[in-house]
Amino acid sequence: MNYLASFIFAIILVAGIGFFAMNVKKMMRNIKLGKDVDVSDNKAQRWRNMIMIALGQQKMVVRPVAGLLHIIVYLGFIIINIEVLEIIMDGLFGTHRVFADFGTMYNVLIASFEVLALLVLVAVIVFWIRRNIIRLQRFIKPEMKGWPEKDGNFILYFEMVLMLLFLTMNGADHQLQILGAEHYTKAGAFPVSQFLLPLFDGLSEGTLIIVERTAWWLHIIGILVFLNYLYYSKHLHILLAFPNTFYGNLKPKGEFNNLESVTNEVKLMLDPNADPFAAPEENAEEAPEKFGASDVHDLNWVQLLNAYTCTECGRCTSVCPANQTGKELSPRKVMMDTRDRLEEVGKNIDANNGEFVEDGKQLLDDYIKREELWACTSCNACTEACPVSIDPLSIILDMRRYLVMEQSAAPAELNNMMSNIENNGAPWPYNQMDRLNWQNEA
Amino acid sequence: MSEALRVPTMAELMAEGKQPEVLFWVGCAGSFDDRAKKITKAFVRILNKVGVEFAVLGTEESCTGDPAKRSGNEFLFQMQAMSNIEVLNAYEIKKIVTACPHCFNTIKNEYPSLGGSYEVVHHTQFLKSLLDEGKLSIEGGQFKGKRITFHDPCYLGRANNVYEAPRELIRKLDAELVEMKKCRKNGFCCGAGGAQMFKEPEKGDKDVNVERTEQALETQPQIIAAGCPFCNTMMTDGIKSKEKEAEVEVMDIAELIANANDL
Repeated sequence: MNYLASFIFAIILVAGIGFFAMNVKKMMRNIKLGKDVDVSDNKAQRWRNMIMIALGQQKMVVRPVAGLLHIIVYLGFIIINIEVLEIIMDGLFGTHRVFADFGTMYNVLIASFEVLALLVLVAVIVFWIRRNIIRLQRFIKPEMKGWPEKDGNFILYFEMVLMLLFLTMNGADHQLQILGAEHYTKAGAFPVSQFLLPLFDGLSEGTLIIVERTAWWLHIIGILVFLNYLYYSKHLHILLAFPNTFYGNLKPKGEFNNLESVTNEVKLMLDPNADPFAAPEENAEEAPEKFGASDVHDLNWVQLLNAYTCTECGRCTSVCPANQTGKELSPRKVMMDTRDRLEEVGKNIDANNGEFVEDGKQLLDDYIKREELWACTSCNACTEACPVSIDPLSIILDMRRYLVMEQSAAPAELNNMMSNIENNGAPWPYNQMDRLNWQNEA
Repeated sequence: MSEALRVPTMAELMAEGKQPEVLFWVGCAGSFDDRAKKITKAFVRILNKVGVEFAVLGTEESCTGDPAKRSGNEFLFQMQAMSNIEVLNAYEIKKIVTACPHCFNTIKNEYPSLGGSYEVVHHTQFLKSLLDEGKLSIEGGQFKGKRITFHDPCYLGRANNVYEAPRELIRKLDAELVEMKKCRKNGFCCGAGGAQMFKEPEKGDKDVNVERTEQALETQPQIIAAGCPFCNTMMTDGIKSKEKEAEVEVMDIAELIANANDL
């Protein structure tokens, strides 16, 4: 047994997982900057949604090609990770293929990992072609320029390399088993990596061991690096899709929430017995609540969770009527902007000993333009299209609320419409007393 | 056609000590927009023919607040909602039918938590139930074999999952229902929702209604059927901009049924 190797392995493992855990903690703190929202209702339905939409990939297959490829990568990710368990055990205890004792079962498992690894490799290559050769419209929209485009490709390269390392490791192992090398007991079945054997022909046992060990180490280190890359990339959806679908909207899509703070005010206004000159109570609570959202603190935590969950697939944007007719609005950009601003606020807090220091910026204007917000038709195509229950529309609405109720900054035509409603009870300048005139018109 | 419409108001019925089966919520478009008024009248003719005991609020009706809410003006929305609820509750309304999916969605989904809970149906659902109960028969006659495509209103379809009622009514006309590529859950907005109806669109390459009209024209329809007065306006404008008025008509489901029955 090589204690040094086990020791190094343990350190890498703890560092890799520890650093990721630190970032997850930071992310959770950032999400909690959002306002509280009651999502404790209807647990049964929420579990069902999570199982169907996240685990069952229900919405991915709406687009069959991308859906099928995604299911392959997803299954590959989950199932091949059983192998990671063995790798960790081997690494910590200096064993080799510790699960080999399971015999036939082990062979079946290793064989299925190999087949999946090959399928994942093919799927990932097709994904790369869709992004870089076919250049599907949704992957080359303006908001994808620069880092987001690179990020998407990095993830694909990562997955390619990990799969290749896995197959190389198995191929070399297989060859060593054939040579009868010490330590390399016969175990596993290698339906895919057997085709790599010609590559290893004529290599000495020593060289093969180096190849096998290198692939083994790079594979596990690669997995840990990838795990830590998640937080810095768009790829957190592999974890957050689960809570996000759990906390997703359960109400009819057409139902927008009624602001309680407004209800109280309106009730007071409509109450004939209310004293119009009443002074605020002595020990009046804090400042009146801000209406709508101009920054990430004004959004609720589910909306912020949405932002971290978004993997920038762009299905929302590709069905958005505003975007598809050349307007600036892109629901995906709304989510990307929300996350970018939230990250900025998070870094601000880190740099200032846990306190947010005003930085003269906000989500509105500095990230999301008014022109984008006013282009939305509230048609819900984006929320229907999202495979992980993200709701960009709720953010757009909250920001419109801020513009209208805090800033009186609606487009002039909408102000006309609203004053018509206020004065005549209709969005057009017609008299309420004429509402029934149609019955006598020819 | 010549028969005068019978449109009782809630106030009149109340004076007679009567309660209607259902309140017909006409909506602002249905009350004031010239094109939408035709839909209102077509629907009333059907109600009169079948003998449904209904009433309207008339001058006591006011905007539901939908365009205000979707513009972000929650104050104005709730003011409208609460005063409407006061009227509706005073008349002890139980069931509401409306030909406007925006009114439908707002009253059905957003009024309950403000104190107004009613059974709310869209006029296509109501007509469908009249059909199922055998009260309404549809003579396909003039629409037999015509190619009709149905444009899903966002606030009826995706927003409230009503997809089949309008389609079943079209099938009853012996018409050929042809679907656009983007239909039902994947329906493409006409461009009017979210208060867009009341403002100029933002800068872009194309208007949303023109895009949707092109999608509809791909099915080579003789009629584009709609279930929303705003969609109707947008699609009619789209047809005009494509100069197809001579070949393609935009009609509400209620108009199709009223015409089929020579009402």
